[in-house]
Amino acid sequence: MGFLLFSKNGQLVLAVIAFLAVLAILLLVARFADRMKGRGQTVVMTLVFGGPALLLLAVGLIYPAIRTLWMSVMDARSESFVGFSNYAYLFEGGLTALGNTLLWVVLVPIGSTLIGLVYAVLIDNSRFEKVAKSLLFLPMAISFVGAGIIWKFVYEYRGSAQEQIGLLNAVLTWIGLEPLRFLQDSPWNTLFLIAVMVWIEAGFAMVVLSAAIKAVPNDIIEAARLDGANAWQLFARVTVPSIRPSLVVVLTTICIATLKVFDITQTMTGAEFNTQVLANEMYDWSFTFGDNGIGSAMAVVIFVLVIPLVIYNVRQMNKNKAVRG
Amino acid sequence: MTTISVRRASVGIVGGIAVALSLTACAGDDLGGGGTGGGDGGDADCSAYEQYGTFDGEQVTISSTISDQEGDQLEESWADFSECTGIQIEHNGTNEFESQIFVQVEGGNAPNLAIFPQPGLMQRMQAGDYLAPAGDDVVAAAQENYTEDWLSYGNIDGTQYGVPIMGSVKSFVWYSPSAFEENGYEVPETWDDLMALSDQISADHGSDTVKPWCFGIESGGATGWPATDFLEDMVLREAGPDVYDQWVNHEIPFNDPQIVASLERAGEILQNDEYVNGGIGDTRSIATTAWSDAGLQVLDGNCFLFRAASFFEAQLPEGTEVGPDGDIFAFYLPADTAEDQPLLVAGDYVAAFDDNEATQAVQAYLASPEWANTRVSIGGVVSPNQGVDPENASSDVLRLTLELMQDEGAVARFDGSDMMPSEVGAGTFWSALTDWIDGGSDAEEALTTVENSWP
Repeated sequence: MGFLLFSKNGQLVLAVIAFLAVLAILLLVARFADRMKGRGQTVVMTLVFGGPALLLLAVGLIYPAIRTLWMSVMDARSESFVGFSNYAYLFEGGLTALGNTLLWVVLVPIGSTLIGLVYAVLIDNSRFEKVAKSLLFLPMAISFVGAGIIWKFVYEYRGSAQEQIGLLNAVLTWIGLEPLRFLQDSPWNTLFLIAVMVWIEAGFAMVVLSAAIKAVPNDIIEAARLDGANAWQLFARVTVPSIRPSLVVVLTTICIATLKVFDITQTMTGAEFNTQVLANEMYDWSFTFGDNGIGSAMAVVIFVLVIPLVIYNVRQMNKNKAVRG
Repeated sequence: MTTISVRRASVGIVGGIAVALSLTACAGDDLGGGGTGGGDGGDADCSAYEQYGTFDGEQVTISSTISDQEGDQLEESWADFSECTGIQIEHNGTNEFESQIFVQVEGGNAPNLAIFPQPGLMQRMQAGDYLAPAGDDVVAAAQENYTEDWLSYGNIDGTQYGVPIMGSVKSFVWYSPSAFEENGYEVPETWDDLMALSDQISADHGSDTVKPWCFGIESGGATGWPATDFLEDMVLREAGPDVYDQWVNHEIPFNDPQIVASLERAGEILQNDEYVNGGIGDTRSIATTAWSDAGLQVLDGNCFLFRAASFFEAQLPEGTEVGPDGDIFAFYLPADTAEDQPLLVAGDYVAAFDDNEATQAVQAYLASPEWANTRVSIGGVVSPNQGVDPENASSDVLRLTLELMQDEGAVARFDGSDMMPSEVGAGTFWSALTDWIDGGSDAEEALTTVENSWP
C-alpha cells in the first residue's frame, strides 16, 4: 500500500486502476440494464452514462463553489463568521487591483479580437495563409509564465550608460532615445503587461474568426459586390454582421480568460509598481498569506464578474440553435 | 454473444483486481531513492551507532523541502546509521512541502519527522497540537551541541520541539579578491571601514557604468526579499539583537525610530547613486534586477561589493573559482565594531510528530555531531552543530560560514520575515521595501505601511 500511496509511480498506477475499475463497474451495470425494459431502463442508462459526469461536477464544481461562498463570509482560518468585512477589504485595500483588472478586461478582449479579425481578413485566401496562421497562433502554445519571462527580457531596462539587453530598449537607444522603464513606471506598465496577453490571445481570436469568415456564404458576398460595395463596406456591412456569433464567443472567452490570469503579473513584476490584478490578489491572499476569508471573497467577486458573460454566451448559443434549427 | 461479452468483462475485472492485489503485495519495498535497505560496502563501523539501539526493520518517514541532488546527499548522510540500527528511513522531499505538510498532518497522515525550513511554520504546527516534544536524548544532544540562540527558535513555550540541523549565514559581502589585490583594497572589519572603502572605490573607479556596490531584489512573486534581509542585517547592527527580537515579535511597532534609522542606514548604500547599481543602472534599477544577476556583475568587474547569503555560491557559473585567491569570495558584513558579530542566519529544524522510539533515535542522531560531520563532508551545506570540524566543509565559503557560526562572540538571529505573519513577512514587508527602493516612499512611510498592515 505504501508504494501505491506515497510514490509518484504508485499513485499513477493507482489512478489507472481506479479508472479501469469504475469503467468496468459501469459497463457491467449497463450490461444488466440491457435486460430491463421501459422506463426502468431509461433511468438506469441515464444514471450509468450521466452519473459519473454529474458526480464529478458536483464534487469538483458545485461543492467547491458553495464552500468558497461560505468561506468568504468567515475569517482567515474559516472558524468564525465575519459578515461582509472580507468584501469591504476589497474596496479599501484592493482598489488598485480592481482598477487594473477593469483595464485588462476592457483592453485585452478588444485588442486581441481586433488584431485577430484584421489578420484573419487580410490573410484570407492568400498564398501564405497557413504559414501566417501558424505564426500568430504559436504564442498560444506557450504557458503564461513562459510568455511572461520572454517579455520580461524584451522589456528589460538598463541605465542609459549601460549596454541594453532588452530588445525594446536596444531599439530605442539605437535610434538615439533614452531607455524606458517599461515595467516600473506606472500607469503605463499595466499597458505593457496587457500587450503580453493580447499577444497570446490574438492567435485564438484569429483562428476562430478565420473559420467564421470562411463560413460566410459566397452568394451574399457576390451579391454585395454586384451591388457595388467596396472592400471596407464589404467588411463592415457584410462580413462582420455575419460572423457576429463567433465574435461574441471570442470576446467573452478571452474576457473570462483575462479575469483568471495572474501568472503574467506575478512573473513579470511580482505585482509591484501598481500592476496588481484581482486574480493575483486572490492567489496571494489564499495561498501565500493563508487567509481563506479574503481570498475566497476575491474568488467570489471574480465569479460574479464572469456570470453576465457566461449568461450572454449561453443565450447567444441558444439563439443560434433556434436559427439553425 | 451476450455470454462472451460478459465473460470478457469479468475477465477484465478479475485481471484488474489481480494486478491491484499483486501491487499491494509489493508494498514497502524500495521506493526509488527513498528506502535505504541494502547498504553497499559491507558493514560500516557500527560501534558509533550502538547508543541508538537496534530496531528490526522499523520505518521512519521524514518530509522535507530538500529534493534532487541535495535530497540524494541527505539520504546518503544517514545510510550507515540506517544500516547499523536497522531503521528504514523513508525520505520524501518536495518543493510543495509547505502546503503539503499541513494537508498531510490535518488529514491524519503525518510523517514521523519533518525538516522545517522556517521556525514560523513549525510554530504553526505546534499551535495545532501536532508536534511531539523532543525526547530526552534529543534534548541532551541538542543542548550539548548548539548555542542558545539556535535552540531558542525550536523552543516553543519552554519545550524543545525542533532541533536545527543545517544552517546558512546571510551576513556576507561578496567581492573579487583579484580586484581587491590589484587596487590594494583591504577587507573591512567595521562598518565605518566599509563605508570608507566604498568611497575609495567610487573615487578610483566610479563612472556611469562602474559603481562600488550592486544589488538586485527582483524575484517574481517574491520580489523584495533581499531588501528585507538587508534591513534585518542593519537592525542587528544599528539597534542590536534584543531590539531585533522585539521588532520581529511586534513588541515594538514596525516603524519604531530605531528601525527607521536602520532602514536609513541601508539607504546609505541602496539609495546612493554614487554607490549603486554597478553594471546595471541607477538606484531604481535595483527593483527590477534579479538578485543573482546583480551579483554576477562582480565577476564582470562592474561592481566590487555585493551583499548576499552564503548560498549565492550556488548561483555562480561553472568554473568560477571561489576562494580567498580566486575569482570571487565573501567577507563577513561588518558590524560597528570588530568585536560584535551579529549573524543573520537561516536553517532547517527537524521536529517529530510522534514519540516512537525509532523516531526519537533518528531525531537524536540528526542532532549529533556525527551526523553533522557526515553531512558536511558530503558537501554543499553546513550545520550550526558546534561539533562540526571546519575542515570537512566542501568549499571556502562554507568553511568561513562554519567558522562564523562556531565563533564564541557570534550572536545568531533567524531571518525575521520567516517569523512574522505571512501577510507581512511574505506580503507587505516585501512590497513596502520594493516601493522604497523604487523611490515611491521614504523610509518612514514604507515602514508605517507595514505597521498598518500587521494583522
